[in-house]
Amino acid sequence: MSSPLDLADARPGPAFTVTLDGREIEALPGQTVAAALWAAGVTSWRTTRGEGRPRGVFCGIGVCFDCLVTVNDRPNRRACLLPLAPGDVIRTQEGTGHDD
Amino acid sequence: MSKPLTCDVVVIGAGMVGAACALYAARAGLDVLVVDRGGVAGGTTGAGEGNILVSDKEPGPELELALLSWRLWTELAAELGASAEYEAKGGVVVASSPGGLTALERFADAQRAAGVGAEPVAGDTLYALEPHLAPGLPGGVHYPQDGQVMPALAAAHLLRASGARLLTGHRVTDVLRGPDGAVRGVRTDRGDLHAPAVVNAAGTWGGEIAALAGVHLPVLPRRGFVLVTEPLPRRIRHKVYAADYVADVASDSAALQTSPVVEGTAAGPVLIGASRERVGFDRTFSLPAVRALAAGATRLFPFLADVRATRAYLGFRPYMPDHLPAVGPDPRVPGLHHACGHEGAGIGLSTGTGHLVAQALTGKRPDLDLAPFRPDRFPEEAA
Repeated sequence: MSSPLDLADARPGPAFTVTLDGREIEALPGQTVAAALWAAGVTSWRTTRGEGRPRGVFCGIGVCFDCLVTVNDRPNRRACLLPLAPGDVIRTQEGTGHDD
Repeated sequence: MSKPLTCDVVVIGAGMVGAACALYAARAGLDVLVVDRGGVAGGTTGAGEGNILVSDKEPGPELELALLSWRLWTELAAELGASAEYEAKGGVVVASSPGGLTALERFADAQRAAGVGAEPVAGDTLYALEPHLAPGLPGGVHYPQDGQVMPALAAAHLLRASGARLLTGHRVTDVLRGPDGAVRGVRTDRGDLHAPAVVNAAGTWGGEIAALAGVHLPVLPRRGFVLVTEPLPRRIRHKVYAADYVADVASDSAALQTSPVVEGTAAGPVLIGASRERVGFDRTFSLPAVRALAAGATRLFPFLADVRATRAYLGFRPYMPDHLPAVGPDPRVPGLHHACGHEGAGIGLSTGTGHLVAQALTGKRPDLDLAPFRPDRFPEEAA
C-alpha cells in the first residue's frame, strides 16, 4: 500500500509532536491540523452547537467551516487550512468553542 | 410553449415584499401567481440582515408604514411561530458624544409623539441592556419594537402560507397590455401569464419591470456589505447601532458610508453592517468597506477585536431618490401596481406594503394614504 507521501514523492522534514486533548500525536512540517488528525486516525474533533453532532473535514478547502477546532486556545480555527507548528495544542471543540 | 396560465394577479418577485403581497392578496380572496427569474429570496432579500426597524425612521410616511408593518409582523410571528426566526429583540441606538446624545434624544421625542416606543437610557441602564458595550458611552435610546427575522426563511414561509402558485426560474420579458393600455398579464421566457393585475415587487430591479410596462420608475442599486463572525454565545442582545446610521440612511451621497449596526443571530454568528455606496451592480469585494465595518463594530463592542470574521456578503438595496418606496397602483398603466424601492428597509416594510397593495387590488380604501408612495411622483428623465 502506498501512502500519499509516496504518491507525491514527498520528502518532508523530520516529524514533530503536537497534542490533541493532551495526547501526543506526530505531525510533519507543512501538514495541516486536519491532515495530522486524519493521519492519527481521528476523523471528528468538534460537536455541533445545536445537537452535539460530530464534525470533521467536509469540504477540506476552507469554505464550509465544518472542521472548526480550538488551537492554542483560539476556537473556530479551520483545521483544513491551518498548518501545525511544534508544540501546538489542539483541543476538540464543543458548541461555539467560547466559554459562557 | 405551454397553455397560458390565468389568475387574478401576477406578483413579479419572490423576495420578501413579493411574498407579503402574495400573502395578503390571497387572504383578500385573490388567485395569486408569483413569478421570479431566480429562486425564492434570490435577490436583495437573501443579502440583508432581516431588519424590522422603527427606530431609524423619522416621523412621516415611512414611519407610518413601518408602524403598520410592525403590527402585522407581530401577528404573523404569532402565526408562523419560530419558523422565520422572528425575534422581538428590541433596538439600542448609541450616541458617541454628549452632543450626539442630545440630537438622538430630540429625534426620539418626535418619534414617541408619532407612536414609537423610545426610552432614553444612560449609564447603568445602558450597560444592563448591553453589558459588552464599550465603556464610557454617554447614553442611547432603547426601542423595544425593533425586531428581526431570518429574511429568506420569512419569505419562504409567507409564500407557503399564501397558497399562491410559485413559478421560479421564469424571467419576465414583457408586461402585456391591451389596446386600452391596461395590463393583461406578463410574458415570460416560458410562456404567458394572463391576469388583469400585475404587482411589480422586483426590488432593486423594479425599474426594469416598470420600463417593460412603458413607465419610468427610478430604482437604483445601493450596495451594502455585511460582515459575519464565527458563531458566539449570545453576547449582543439587541440590534445595536450608532446614532450616525440614521444620517447615513437619509443621505443622498454616492460615496462609501459606514456606520456600525451590530447584532447577534439565533444561529450564533454576529452580523455587522452597514455600508452604503452607489456603485451600480458592481459585485466586487471591497476591503475598505469591510474594514470600516469591522472598525466601527469594534468601537461599539471591543470584545469583537478577538472574534474572527468568517465571511462577508453584499446586497443591492433598492434606492429611490426620495428614500420612499413605490407602493400602490400606477395611474399611468391601469392594472399595474408597484411594491418596490424600499432600500434597506424592505423586510420590515414588506408586511404593510403587501397589506396596502392587497387593499388597492381589491378596491378597498388603503389604511394609509398612498400619495407619498405614488409611483409617478418622479419627473420623467430627459430623453
